[in-house]
Amino acid sequence: MKDVQNNQRADEGSLPFFFKSSFKVSFVIIIFSLTLLFTTFFFDTVPPILNRGIQPATFPKGLLIIIISLTLIVYFLSLKKPWKIEKILPSTFFKTLYSFILFIIIAETLDFFLAISTLSLLISYSWGEKRILYLLLVSIIFPAIVFIFFETILGLRFPPGIITNIYYN
Amino acid sequence: MENLYLMMAPLLSTKLMLILVFGTLFGLILGVLPGLGPTTGGALILPFTMTLEPLSAIILLTSIYCAGTYGGAITAILINTPGTPAAAATCLDGYPLAQKGEAGRALGMATVSSAFGGIFSVIVLVFFAPLLAQLAYEFGQPEYFALAIFGLTMLASIGDGSPIKNLIAGAFGILISTIGKDFMTSIDRFTFGVNELTEGIGFIPVVVGLFAISELLTQSTLLDQVFKRVALKAVKLPSFNDYKLTWKTILRSSGIGSFIGVLPAEGGTVASLIGYSEAKRWSKDPGEFGKGSIEGIAGAEAANNAATGGAMVPTLALGIPGSATTAVILTGLIIHGVRPGPDLFREQPEFLYGIFGAMLISNILFFIFGFFGAKLFARITLVPNKILWPMIFALSVCGTYSLNQSIIDIWIMLFFGVVGFFMRRYGFSVVPVIIGLILGELVEGTLRQSLVIFDGNWFMFFKRPIALTFFILAFIALSFPLLKRK
Repeated sequence: MKDVQNNQRADEGSLPFFFKSSFKVSFVIIIFSLTLLFTTFFFDTVPPILNRGIQPATFPKGLLIIIISLTLIVYFLSLKKPWKIEKILPSTFFKTLYSFILFIIIAETLDFFLAISTLSLLISYSWGEKRILYLLLVSIIFPAIVFIFFETILGLRFPPGIITNIYYN
Repeated sequence: MENLYLMMAPLLSTKLMLILVFGTLFGLILGVLPGLGPTTGGALILPFTMTLEPLSAIILLTSIYCAGTYGGAITAILINTPGTPAAAATCLDGYPLAQKGEAGRALGMATVSSAFGGIFSVIVLVFFAPLLAQLAYEFGQPEYFALAIFGLTMLASIGDGSPIKNLIAGAFGILISTIGKDFMTSIDRFTFGVNELTEGIGFIPVVVGLFAISELLTQSTLLDQVFKRVALKAVKLPSFNDYKLTWKTILRSSGIGSFIGVLPAEGGTVASLIGYSEAKRWSKDPGEFGKGSIEGIAGAEAANNAATGGAMVPTLALGIPGSATTAVILTGLIIHGVRPGPDLFREQPEFLYGIFGAMLISNILFFIFGFFGAKLFARITLVPNKILWPMIFALSVCGTYSLNQSIIDIWIMLFFGVVGFFMRRYGFSVVPVIIGLILGELVEGTLRQSLVIFDGNWFMFFKRPIALTFFILAFIALSFPLLKRK
């Protein structure tokens, strides 16, 4: 494993095929497509008198079969190519991704504006911003401007929450 | 003469002129910022356009498109990072020339050739869009189906990625368009019991997710990247010798760019790459390319801006997007109740010529702004990502929410942001998804209606000459990338 990571191009036989990114990507696409294909068999059908051309499930079925076939072609073509190691994702990526999850939780349970503020703060901080003034700018001042702009100019009503309720009342 | 008067309508209205100036400035800023660009910017601003009249809204979007395409050159020349994908070829010679202390000359040539290419393409648009619309009167459902298939097969050749991966992404886009109630039978498809999905998935959450949010995630992996910025004193107009050296290249690239733009799904990125390689092929000094050739800059920049007008031809005449940004403009047209196609040319010529005129003026405006303000715009790249991207996130969330006031749209946006990130990471372009999503309903609707007309006989498609021509073109479009590899 160590040798593989130190080389730009990995040795073809150094790892089992299921570690290779081309296999993982193709596998995910095919499993996803097969799952959707399976669900198409449970779509309602229309009687022939109402059926115009083809059944509603036929078109998505055809598309999914095309996706699966093309993915298999991509996979088999990738076998001929030298395998390149993917760059490991840095911690900031995962911090950003986790802050998305936190955003969803806060928006669903507490407040929409608070969720935007928290996420902006977390992204800015985890990306290296430590100055309080700039953190305030991205987490409170700018979201508040956007919020008020959308609310007043576009007449938007944001979902209720602890902060939005105070604003609306 | 009457059409010329209609084209000048934006100049006669203070409101439209202000929108044009704002759109051009905003487009320039978007183009300068790497990772943003006219497609993402257009999608972000689309909710705001709801407060505008249709003509004002589309003028705003098209001016962002024209100026944003040029804006990418500023970053490409000064920091060797294309502000937009269409400016990638500009880096090859723009940055080396800037490093030689000639940043002003490089930017001057980029500005002149971009403006020329843009204006040339508007002329192409004014002449060819009505002709194409006239031709489209002959189209029935089978012809539209064949045309949409041709548009989708053109996806195989966009960008420098794998043609097959582009086709997978396009098919994925069409698949997304099938979510919700089937428009012919009202049967639910892929809704999984979620009521909000019965209306289908909106275009904006997908576009903002695939472009803005996936770019935010991409930026989170690039924080250690340091840009070396070349100092710029002032933008210089090209000298007489520069013009003498490049006028043929600018003219050729403008033609190439306009032609590539007209092809469905192709856009500025492909146009600039072809414009650049053709400039090199015809150059008396090809060895200079890659080391700071002024012809290289002219070739790439004239072509990518020429593609803007070209891409508007199929968008307005047929309702088939010519590029990713025109897909956003097409959505803008649809949400404002304007149906692109031949009838639009007959019923609302003042609307269309207003757009043509706005594009023409926008090309002149970005020439002026670019010439006098490039130094200022270049400073925008100094805004740190840790400040810029959280702000873009706040805008993305509010913009996405505003269209339907639905929180589920935000979850869809985040979902497609993550999907888009991994697609890019593993070599899939996100542009085909957008084109597929836009064309999905057209493909399925025309296929099903054609089969009703043909009584279920698929071979009847090949008995229609126009449809057959499009199928042959589709076959060529599919074969071309494979032949090119051999």
